[in-house]
Amino acid sequence: MAVAVAEGSVPIANPRRKSRTAGLYPSWFYLPAAIIFAVLFMLPTFASLFFSLTRWSLQKADFIGLDNFVQFFREPFLFQGLVNTLIYGTVTSASKVVLGLLLALLLTSDIFGRGYLRAVVFFPVLVSTVGVGITFTAMMHPTQGLINETLASIGIKGPGWLTDPRFALYSVALVDVWKGVGLATVIYIAGIVSIPLEYYEAAKIDGATSWQRFWTVTLPLVQPATATVIILSFIGGLRSFDLIWAMTKGGPGFTSDVIASVIYKQYQAGFYGLSTAGNVVLFIMVALLAVPLSMFLNRKEVDR
Amino acid sequence: MLMRKLTRAALVTTGVIAILAGTANAQDKVKVTFLFDNAPSTVAMAEALATAFEAKHPNIDIETESRPGGADGDNLIKTRLATGEMADVFLYNSGSLFQAINPTQNLVDLTSEPFQANVIDSFKSVVTGTDGKVYGAPIGTAMGGGILYNIPIYKELGLTPPKSWAEFMANNEKIKAAGKTAVIQSFGETWTSQLFVLGDFYNVLAADPSFPADYTAGKAKYATTPAAMKGFERQEEIFKGGYLNEDFAAATFPDGVTKVATGEGAHYPMLSFAVANIKELAPENINDVGFFAIPGDDASNNGLTTWMPSGLYIPTTSKHQAEAKEFIAFVASIEGCDVQTASAGAAGPYLVKDCKLPADVPPVVADLLPYFQEGGHSAPALEFLSPIKGPALEQITVEVGSGIRSAADGAALYDEDVKKQAQQLGLPGW
Repeated sequence: MAVAVAEGSVPIANPRRKSRTAGLYPSWFYLPAAIIFAVLFMLPTFASLFFSLTRWSLQKADFIGLDNFVQFFREPFLFQGLVNTLIYGTVTSASKVVLGLLLALLLTSDIFGRGYLRAVVFFPVLVSTVGVGITFTAMMHPTQGLINETLASIGIKGPGWLTDPRFALYSVALVDVWKGVGLATVIYIAGIVSIPLEYYEAAKIDGATSWQRFWTVTLPLVQPATATVIILSFIGGLRSFDLIWAMTKGGPGFTSDVIASVIYKQYQAGFYGLSTAGNVVLFIMVALLAVPLSMFLNRKEVDR
Repeated sequence: MLMRKLTRAALVTTGVIAILAGTANAQDKVKVTFLFDNAPSTVAMAEALATAFEAKHPNIDIETESRPGGADGDNLIKTRLATGEMADVFLYNSGSLFQAINPTQNLVDLTSEPFQANVIDSFKSVVTGTDGKVYGAPIGTAMGGGILYNIPIYKELGLTPPKSWAEFMANNEKIKAAGKTAVIQSFGETWTSQLFVLGDFYNVLAADPSFPADYTAGKAKYATTPAAMKGFERQEEIFKGGYLNEDFAAATFPDGVTKVATGEGAHYPMLSFAVANIKELAPENINDVGFFAIPGDDASNNGLTTWMPSGLYIPTTSKHQAEAKEFIAFVASIEGCDVQTASAGAAGPYLVKDCKLPADVPPVVADLLPYFQEGGHSAPALEFLSPIKGPALEQITVEVGSGIRSAADGAALYDEDVKKQAQQLGLPGW
């Protein structure tokens, strides 16, 4: 949302563009959108920048300069939260790319019940995240959960999926992948079906094996879909909160805390200024990582 | 045919009139909203109080609403107060959490209400704002923070309730040797992890009486005060001893209560209010659970860390303050105490003068009362002597109690956390 603000402000700031489009519609025509934009997007953005510099109790705000940011970066769990956020974003994004592409290949082949199977893959995307979180929390219970009871019946002692500090973050990431891979699959299906069949026929005539056809035709030509999936799932992973909160609340202790859950805890504790500062940090971090990534992926697309 | 149509029309019309009359009647009543936490015992008590009050005051309709407890509850209370959406009467902690909701600005002054004459002074002091005014009235009973123990296991192994930490650890060793779970923890609900630190405060105060004042002024720290560090060290010791239940990291508060009541574990560090939950979850085992204070090093100075009950408060934004005050006056009366005892069972002494406990209290309460009576030793928890309580303590004690972080590291981390809270409260010296 905040990224949209940055991009959206460009036409207003750029007089040349403005003059080009100004003639198309009478200026009152822009007014409703401009008001909505100003009230719902510009104002909160500037207000949050201001409040991040204060000690705020919702009723009164004392200006304290950059103290909140200093405090936020001194927060002992913050560094762990930063690392966890990056791990979470990378793991979920990479898994969704690989699994989404494989599933899309399967579901664009002449498989029986293709329409139904495509729907099945997409269903988890539609389910409430908190519902999924609670269900998996019950299934991942160390002693009474379905997963460990199943493992126990074949003689394996399963780990504490959500309670062992070594696994908690990855267990949540796994559920995130299960829930989100459907969207990646759909994007890949659209990418794959838009590749003209002539390329495959030409490759076949040249004697390419199916592996070569995948590697040299499909993969390069679904590059736009890959870029979309990576950007969407990486940003989604960086700002992920709901699933983590529903499953571990950042626990055990602080071991699966991500930036978003650290921010929420500050808010919960009534440190409103500090949590606003955290949101500014999160926004800057997402922008710093996502904008270059997006530029890199899109340039690659143009090169080809 | 026509006749039937007419009758039907007539029936419909009378029906409509009846409905209209019904609504008109309901509108005459004043609706007072009442918000409380969703612990089963609180819900039972609050609903019973509302029903009893409505029976006496037919013109007032108490609309009850429950909210989550713990940090989610703190968040909800603060947000609703700040946005002017708070219920007419709400239940919330006394002590440091009460100080954190900015009472002087948000709450209605109850200092000169007639019912305050019957409220015991020690409670008034924990719902008094920085301006010296009293903002709340007690609901529920005083509690102790200590250890619930399973009486059948103690009998079977021939143990006696310990008076010193060394005796406690010796008991744990014997219970473990008998193949049983010695200590139950329920980190699935993080707030339950704090007892070894918070419930040890009687011992802290015994060793260092000036700790609360120095701590509030920012001079004394947990990490550098050996007596205060002990709580963290003991939590670590329990984990290292291998005394915990297998599912300690995922078990919830109801699991913990059920385990200690049914003998799946011997000790459960908890506040004594859990007796109401035992009544709810394992009623046939209510007489199998006893209670003792968290012991310190010195067996000759054994005492209990006590918790004041929650308070009832009225937000300044309430439109029915007169009716809300009537309801609070009812709760803080002898009649109100009796309704509370009947619905939730008394978990300790009331803070309203002349409120009596029933003769046949469960063993937890019977074990608890001597600490409060003359000749007994008790001291209030730190949150009633200082306005500062760090919000991350529960995560820190989970980490120390599951071996993720060392006791020394945990105490130092908590000092950082406390600092943030003190700054937010605007206290001098931070």
